[in-house]
Amino acid sequence: MSVPLVAPPAGWADTRAVGRLLSRVSTMCLVELQKLRRDRSELVTRAIQPALWLIIFGETFSRLRAIPTGNTPYLDFLAPGILAQSALFIAIFYGIQIIWERDAGILGKLLVTPTPRAALVTGKAFAAGVRALAQAVIVLILAAILGVALTVNPLKLLGAAVALVLGSAFFCCLSIVIAGLVLSRDRLMGIGQAITMPLFFASNALYPVDLMPHWLKVVSYINPLSYEVDALRGLLIGTPAHLLLDFGVLAVAGALAIGVASGLLGRLAR
Amino acid sequence: MTPPAVRCKGLRHVFGDTVAVDGVDLEIPAGQVFGLLGPNGAGKTTTIRMITTLLPTKTGTIEVFGIDVSRRKMAVRRLIGYVPQQLSADGSLSGRENVTLFARLFDVPRRDRATQVDTALEAVGLLDDADRPSATYSGGMIRRLELAQALVSSPRLLILDEPTIGLDPVARTSVWERIEQVRAETGMTVLVTTHYMDEAEEYCEQVALMHRGRIRARGSPAELEDELGAGSTLDDVFRMVTGDEFEDSDKGGMRNVRAARRTARRLG
Repeated sequence: MSVPLVAPPAGWADTRAVGRLLSRVSTMCLVELQKLRRDRSELVTRAIQPALWLIIFGETFSRLRAIPTGNTPYLDFLAPGILAQSALFIAIFYGIQIIWERDAGILGKLLVTPTPRAALVTGKAFAAGVRALAQAVIVLILAAILGVALTVNPLKLLGAAVALVLGSAFFCCLSIVIAGLVLSRDRLMGIGQAITMPLFFASNALYPVDLMPHWLKVVSYINPLSYEVDALRGLLIGTPAHLLLDFGVLAVAGALAIGVASGLLGRLAR
Repeated sequence: MTPPAVRCKGLRHVFGDTVAVDGVDLEIPAGQVFGLLGPNGAGKTTTIRMITTLLPTKTGTIEVFGIDVSRRKMAVRRLIGYVPQQLSADGSLSGRENVTLFARLFDVPRRDRATQVDTALEAVGLLDDADRPSATYSGGMIRRLELAQALVSSPRLLILDEPTIGLDPVARTSVWERIEQVRAETGMTVLVTTHYMDEAEEYCEQVALMHRGRIRARGSPAELEDELGAGSTLDDVFRMVTGDEFEDSDKGGMRNVRAARRTARRLG
């Protein structure tokens, strides 16, 4: 070794807590981006399922006219719902990645660095959001080709991106919370599969809430996916939406989920 | 006076019905290569996981350079470089990205980062392969990459859990040479667990022999061998301490602990 490794200069430990948290969050986000760069093919294959929902389910139900969506064509109504659904399907299995990293020793090693747990969780949540965005671009292009009247207002598109990232972050953290509780990949797979469809069907993604029986409406009101879809629909298609409430719910739910997931992360490495 | 690198008092840890660590008192002087030896399932890894803050210390105390591990986890983590038992580099990142991640997590200043990362990669002989994805590395290369990850923050205490397990003899020697070299240049303390007695004999200044959660013997390899009688090897000391159960526990010990852990988890 030609150059000796120098000892850390005095004052390193004095970095202020908030600054350190932000620096760690950006580090973990960066490293997740570096990882994503290496599996671009996955971004495409994962877009197949939402594409099928739009082309087959969407086109068929548009012709049936079974679901009353007012003046909005059904395909237009459906597209933001499918966008949110595809993001949910990516995020809800992120816990599996955490368990895999636990089994590979990667998580343990990260937990022994001076990094707040919340930064590790936020990095994953961000990665889920970025994946969702990459997929959203493909789904939106397809929707435009199918004739969905999407907004071209850059501010609204940006708002939709934020809603998508917040929603993905919440479901990613929910997945990490489940991982922290069940601790095994198989059980997480089972629970993930058991809850995705109910979350999807008990939301306004496929049909307006007004059509639901009373008990399902209640479920829909506590389901963050509904708020995500409401925001996406309002911003992309221009249907009436409660944007303030939507973003408020998504932000609070995301922050809570990051907090709970960070609290449970240590359990995985024991 | 410098406090010892590690001081454990009355350390105990239980997984369900299995007592993994059963009253360990251990003092590791700063600047030494210290070997924690024992058969599989002796409690070495559990002890390491408590020192590294991965497991909570419920009974007993641990200090790292005088800092209480259960009270000031972040301060302790800042002093430690840790290489776990599994080959744990992230295969989807390049060698350089793997090391840079740890440089950032330990706040190596931006202006020094690139140099420091290169120095660490050079120290383990991986500079030429630094930009390949680490998924293409051999086992020995990954282990050396992990050493670079642990070294890039210039830790005062380097903790290696079975660093040479599963490696071929050439790779084993190479890993140890890197550890020795870095230690000679930086004077850091090295705590290593192993069940290869030949490695302990050659590279460790002090060793502690652990069996069934307790420290059964401690001293330099030469002292322990002399105590047993002329011509003894560390292998003989090991057999004497662990008794005839060595062979049995080597086959099932770790599996038993893991199974007990899983049961404990299931039962909460």
